[in-house]
Amino acid sequence: MGPSVSWYLGVAGFLFATGSLGVLLRRNPLIVLLSLEIMLNGANLALIGFARHLGDGDGQIFALAVMAVAASEVVVGLGLIVALNRKRVTLDVDRLNTLRG
Amino acid sequence: MTASVGNVLVWAVWVAAAFACLGSGVAVVSFSNPFFSALALIGNLGSLAVLYLLLSAEFVAAAQVLVYAGAVMVMFLFVIAYVGPRTESPWAGGPSWQAVGAALAAAALLVEIVVVIGVKASGRLSHSEDITRAFGSPREIGRLFLTDHLLAFEITSIVLLVAAIGGVILGAHSRRAADEVPPL
Repeated sequence: MGPSVSWYLGVAGFLFATGSLGVLLRRNPLIVLLSLEIMLNGANLALIGFARHLGDGDGQIFALAVMAVAASEVVVGLGLIVALNRKRVTLDVDRLNTLRG
Repeated sequence: MTASVGNVLVWAVWVAAAFACLGSGVAVVSFSNPFFSALALIGNLGSLAVLYLLLSAEFVAAAQVLVYAGAVMVMFLFVIAYVGPRTESPWAGGPSWQAVGAALAAAALLVEIVVVIGVKASGRLSHSEDITRAFGSPREIGRLFLTDHLLAFEITSIVLLVAAIGGVILGAHSRRAADEVPPL
Protein backbone atom coordinates (compact mmCIF):
# COMPACT_ATOMS: atom_id res chain seq x y z
CA MET A 1 0.00 0.00 0.00
CA GLY A 2 1.59 3.21 -1.15
CA PRO A 3 5.23 4.08 -1.59
CA SER A 4 7.77 2.50 0.73
CA VAL A 5 9.94 4.56 3.03
CA SER A 6 12.90 4.59 0.59
CA TRP A 7 10.94 6.90 -1.73
CA TYR A 8 10.40 9.34 1.10
CA LEU A 9 14.09 9.12 2.00
CA GLY A 10 15.01 9.91 -1.61
CA VAL A 11 12.86 13.05 -1.50
CA ALA A 12 14.39 13.97 1.86
CA GLY A 13 17.92 13.52 0.52
CA PHE A 14 17.19 15.63 -2.54
CA LEU A 15 15.71 18.39 -0.37
CA PHE A 16 18.74 18.33 1.92
CA ALA A 17 21.16 18.57 -1.02
CA THR A 18 19.15 21.40 -2.59
CA GLY A 19 19.17 23.33 0.67
CA SER A 20 22.90 22.83 1.16
CA LEU A 21 23.50 24.12 -2.39
CA GLY A 22 21.55 27.26 -1.52
CA VAL A 23 23.39 27.76 1.77
CA LEU A 24 26.77 27.42 0.09
CA LEU A 25 26.03 29.37 -3.08
CA ARG A 26 23.72 32.26 -2.29
CA ARG A 27 25.00 35.53 -0.81
CA ASN A 28 21.78 37.12 0.42
CA PRO A 29 21.44 36.12 4.12
CA LEU A 30 17.64 35.96 3.77
CA ILE A 31 17.89 33.29 1.08
CA VAL A 32 20.57 31.49 3.09
CA LEU A 33 18.06 31.27 5.96
CA LEU A 34 15.33 30.03 3.60
CA SER A 35 17.68 27.33 2.24
CA LEU A 36 18.48 26.34 5.80
CA GLU A 37 14.77 25.79 6.35
CA ILE A 38 14.75 23.42 3.36
CA MET A 39 17.60 21.42 4.89
CA LEU A 40 15.77 21.17 8.23
CA ASN A 41 12.61 20.04 6.48
CA GLY A 42 14.49 17.37 4.55
CA ALA A 43 15.77 16.00 7.86
CA ASN A 44 12.23 16.20 9.28
CA LEU A 45 10.83 14.19 6.39
CA ALA A 46 13.42 11.46 6.97
CA LEU A 47 12.58 11.40 10.69
CA ILE A 48 8.85 11.06 10.06
CA GLY A 49 9.42 8.46 7.35
CA PHE A 50 11.41 6.33 9.75
CA ALA A 51 8.84 6.87 12.51
CA ARG A 52 6.18 5.42 10.17
CA HIS A 53 8.49 2.64 9.02
CA LEU A 54 9.31 1.50 12.55
CA GLY A 55 5.81 2.14 13.91
CA ASP A 56 7.35 4.28 16.68
CA GLY A 57 6.14 7.76 17.57
CA ASP A 58 9.50 8.98 18.88
CA GLY A 59 10.55 10.20 15.43
CA GLN A 60 7.55 12.52 15.34
CA ILE A 61 8.50 13.94 18.74
CA PHE A 62 11.99 14.60 17.37
CA ALA A 63 10.49 16.30 14.30
CA LEU A 64 8.41 18.59 16.51
CA ALA A 65 11.51 19.49 18.53
CA VAL A 66 13.34 20.27 15.26
CA MET A 67 10.42 22.53 14.32
CA ALA A 68 10.76 24.48 17.58
CA VAL A 69 14.53 24.82 17.13
CA ALA A 70 13.98 26.03 13.55
CA ALA A 71 11.57 28.70 14.78
CA SER A 72 14.16 29.88 17.34
CA GLU A 73 16.87 29.94 14.69
CA VAL A 74 14.67 32.02 12.37
CA VAL A 75 14.01 34.53 15.17
CA VAL A 76 17.71 35.02 15.86
CA GLY A 77 18.70 35.07 12.18
CA LEU A 78 16.03 37.60 11.23
CA GLY A 79 16.96 39.71 14.28
CA LEU A 80 20.55 39.79 13.03
CA ILE A 81 19.42 40.77 9.53
CA VAL A 82 17.26 43.61 10.91
CA ALA A 83 20.15 44.82 13.10
CA LEU A 84 22.53 44.75 10.12
CA ASN A 85 20.05 46.59 7.96
CA ARG A 86 19.66 49.26 10.65
CA LYS A 87 23.43 49.85 10.60
CA ARG A 88 23.34 50.23 6.80
CA VAL A 89 25.55 47.23 6.28
CA THR A 90 25.40 45.55 2.89
CA LEU A 91 23.41 42.34 3.14
CA ASP A 92 26.04 40.04 1.67
CA VAL A 93 27.32 37.08 3.67
CA ASP A 94 30.73 37.30 2.02
CA ARG A 95 31.29 40.79 3.39
CA LEU A 96 30.30 39.93 6.94
CA ASN A 97 33.74 38.63 7.83
CA THR A 98 34.49 40.42 11.08
CA LEU A 99 33.07 39.82 14.52
CA ARG A 100 34.02 43.21 15.96
CA GLY A 101 31.06 44.70 17.78
CA MET B 1 -10.49 -3.98 -6.34
CA THR B 2 -11.08 -1.13 -3.92
CA ALA B 3 -7.67 -1.77 -2.38
CA SER B 4 -5.93 -1.29 -5.72
CA VAL B 5 -7.92 1.91 -6.42
CA GLY B 6 -6.83 3.24 -3.03
CA ASN B 7 -3.26 2.24 -3.80
CA VAL B 8 -3.28 4.13 -7.10
CA LEU B 9 -4.77 7.15 -5.35
CA VAL B 10 -2.06 7.10 -2.67
CA TRP B 11 0.63 6.88 -5.33
CA ALA B 12 -0.92 9.73 -7.34
CA VAL B 13 -1.06 11.99 -4.29
CA TRP B 14 2.48 10.99 -3.37
CA VAL B 15 3.86 11.77 -6.84
CA ALA B 16 2.09 15.14 -6.97
CA ALA B 17 3.23 16.15 -3.47
CA ALA B 18 6.81 14.92 -3.98
CA PHE B 19 7.28 16.75 -7.27
CA ALA B 20 5.69 19.93 -5.88
CA CYS B 21 8.07 19.62 -2.93
CA LEU B 22 11.19 19.13 -5.07
CA GLY B 23 10.22 21.80 -7.61
CA SER B 24 9.47 24.44 -5.00
CA GLY B 25 12.71 23.54 -3.19
CA VAL B 26 14.72 24.21 -6.34
CA ALA B 27 12.69 27.40 -6.87
CA VAL B 28 13.58 28.70 -3.37
CA VAL B 29 17.28 28.31 -4.13
CA SER B 30 17.18 29.74 -7.65
CA PHE B 31 14.84 32.78 -7.42
CA SER B 32 16.71 36.09 -7.41
CA ASN B 33 14.07 37.92 -5.36
CA PRO B 34 13.84 36.75 -1.70
CA PHE B 35 10.12 37.52 -1.68
CA PHE B 36 9.45 34.90 -4.37
CA SER B 37 11.79 32.50 -2.57
CA ALA B 38 9.72 32.85 0.61
CA LEU B 39 6.50 32.24 -1.33
CA ALA B 40 8.03 29.12 -2.91
CA LEU B 41 9.05 27.93 0.55
CA ILE B 42 5.40 28.19 1.66
CA GLY B 43 4.50 25.85 -1.22
CA ASN B 44 7.33 23.53 -0.19
CA LEU B 45 6.07 23.38 3.41
CA GLY B 46 2.50 22.73 2.26
CA SER B 47 3.47 19.82 0.02
CA LEU B 48 5.64 18.42 2.83
CA ALA B 49 2.56 18.51 5.07
CA VAL B 50 0.76 16.34 2.47
CA LEU B 51 3.67 13.86 2.61
CA TYR B 52 3.41 13.84 6.44
CA LEU B 53 -0.27 13.02 6.13
CA LEU B 54 0.58 10.09 3.85
CA LEU B 55 2.99 8.91 6.57
CA SER B 56 0.07 9.09 9.06
CA ALA B 57 1.69 11.91 11.05
CA GLU B 58 -1.47 14.00 11.32
CA PHE B 59 -0.44 16.17 14.25
CA VAL B 60 2.96 17.00 12.77
CA ALA B 61 1.29 17.96 9.47
CA ALA B 62 -1.09 20.31 11.29
CA ALA B 63 1.78 21.82 13.28
CA GLN B 64 3.78 22.23 10.08
CA VAL B 65 1.01 24.23 8.43
CA LEU B 66 0.20 26.31 11.51
CA VAL B 67 3.67 27.01 12.88
CA TYR B 68 5.88 26.89 9.80
CA ALA B 69 3.75 27.97 6.84
CA GLY B 70 1.77 30.29 9.10
CA ALA B 71 3.82 31.98 11.80
CA VAL B 72 7.43 31.55 10.68
CA MET B 73 6.82 32.46 7.05
CA VAL B 74 4.78 35.54 7.99
CA MET B 75 7.76 36.67 10.06
CA PHE B 76 10.01 36.06 7.05
CA LEU B 77 7.76 38.06 4.74
CA PHE B 78 7.60 40.96 7.23
CA VAL B 79 11.40 41.13 7.44
CA ILE B 80 11.76 40.93 3.65
CA ALA B 81 9.28 43.80 3.33
CA TYR B 82 11.18 45.74 6.02
CA VAL B 83 14.61 45.22 4.46
CA GLY B 84 13.23 46.16 1.07
CA PRO B 85 13.36 44.39 -2.25
CA ARG B 86 16.86 43.76 -3.41
CA THR B 87 17.60 41.19 -6.02
CA GLU B 88 20.83 39.49 -6.93
CA SER B 89 21.63 37.24 -9.80
CA PRO B 90 21.61 33.88 -8.07
CA TRP B 91 24.55 32.18 -9.72
CA ALA B 92 26.88 35.17 -10.02
CA GLY B 93 29.20 37.13 -7.75
CA GLY B 94 32.18 35.78 -5.89
CA PRO B 95 34.93 33.67 -7.35
CA SER B 96 33.90 30.89 -9.69
CA TRP B 97 35.83 28.25 -7.74
CA GLN B 98 33.44 28.94 -4.87
CA ALA B 99 30.38 28.18 -6.99
CA VAL B 100 31.99 25.05 -8.44
CA GLY B 101 32.99 23.86 -4.98
CA ALA B 102 29.50 24.46 -3.62
CA ALA B 103 27.90 22.55 -6.49
CA LEU B 104 30.37 19.68 -6.04
CA ALA B 105 29.73 19.53 -2.29
CA ALA B 106 25.96 19.44 -2.76
CA ALA B 107 26.25 16.79 -5.49
CA ALA B 108 28.52 14.68 -3.26
CA LEU B 109 25.96 14.89 -0.45
CA LEU B 110 23.16 13.80 -2.78
CA VAL B 111 25.17 10.89 -4.17
CA GLU B 112 26.13 9.75 -0.67
CA ILE B 113 22.51 9.76 0.50
CA VAL B 114 21.24 7.96 -2.59
CA VAL B 115 23.98 5.32 -2.41
CA VAL B 116 23.33 4.67 1.28
CA ILE B 117 19.59 4.31 0.68
CA GLY B 118 19.95 2.28 -2.50
CA VAL B 119 22.76 -0.08 -1.59
CA LYS B 120 22.77 -0.47 2.15
CA ALA B 121 19.13 -0.27 3.11
CA SER B 122 16.98 -1.14 0.10
CA GLY B 123 16.18 -4.68 1.20
CA ARG B 124 15.25 -3.79 4.74
CA LEU B 125 13.18 -0.70 3.93
CA SER B 126 10.81 -2.40 1.52
CA HIS B 127 8.06 -3.26 4.00
CA SER B 128 5.93 -1.09 6.20
CA GLU B 129 5.29 -1.86 9.84
CA ASP B 130 1.68 -2.15 10.88
CA ILE B 131 0.53 0.71 13.05
CA THR B 132 -2.44 1.32 15.28
CA ARG B 133 -5.04 3.99 14.64
CA ALA B 134 -3.67 6.13 17.49
CA PHE B 135 -0.29 6.51 15.75
CA GLY B 136 0.45 10.18 15.11
CA SER B 137 -2.71 11.45 16.77
CA PRO B 138 -2.51 14.48 19.09
CA ARG B 139 -3.37 12.26 22.04
CA GLU B 140 -0.45 9.92 21.36
CA ILE B 141 1.96 12.81 20.71
CA GLY B 142 0.92 14.47 23.96
CA ARG B 143 1.32 11.24 25.89
CA LEU B 144 4.83 10.73 24.51
CA PHE B 145 5.79 14.35 25.18
CA LEU B 146 4.63 14.30 28.80
CA THR B 147 5.88 10.84 29.76
CA ASP B 148 8.84 9.51 27.79
CA HIS B 149 10.19 12.80 26.46
CA LEU B 150 9.44 15.25 29.27
CA LEU B 151 13.05 16.48 29.43
CA ALA B 152 13.10 17.24 25.68
CA PHE B 153 9.80 19.10 26.09
CA GLU B 154 11.17 21.30 28.88
CA ILE B 155 14.45 21.95 27.06
CA THR B 156 12.48 22.99 23.97
CA SER B 157 10.57 25.54 26.04
CA ILE B 158 13.86 26.95 27.38
CA VAL B 159 15.27 27.17 23.83
CA LEU B 160 12.19 29.10 22.70
CA LEU B 161 12.43 31.46 25.70
CA VAL B 162 16.12 32.18 25.05
CA ALA B 163 15.43 32.77 21.36
CA ALA B 164 12.60 35.17 22.19
CA ILE B 165 14.87 37.16 24.53
CA GLY B 166 17.62 37.17 21.89
CA GLY B 167 15.20 38.40 19.23
CA VAL B 168 14.06 41.25 21.48
CA ILE B 169 17.65 42.26 22.27
CA LEU B 170 18.74 42.11 18.62
CA GLY B 171 15.70 43.97 17.36
CA ALA B 172 15.58 46.65 20.07
CA HIS B 173 16.61 50.17 19.18
CA SER B 174 20.02 51.02 20.50
CA ARG B 175 19.93 53.43 23.42
CA ARG B 176 23.25 54.96 22.40
CA ALA B 177 23.35 57.72 19.84
CA ALA B 178 24.07 56.73 16.27
CA ASP B 179 27.62 58.18 16.28
CA GLU B 180 28.57 56.15 19.34
CA VAL B 181 27.70 52.88 17.65
CA PRO B 182 30.93 51.38 16.36
CA PRO B 183 30.97 50.74 12.63
CA LEU B 184 30.75 47.15 11.59
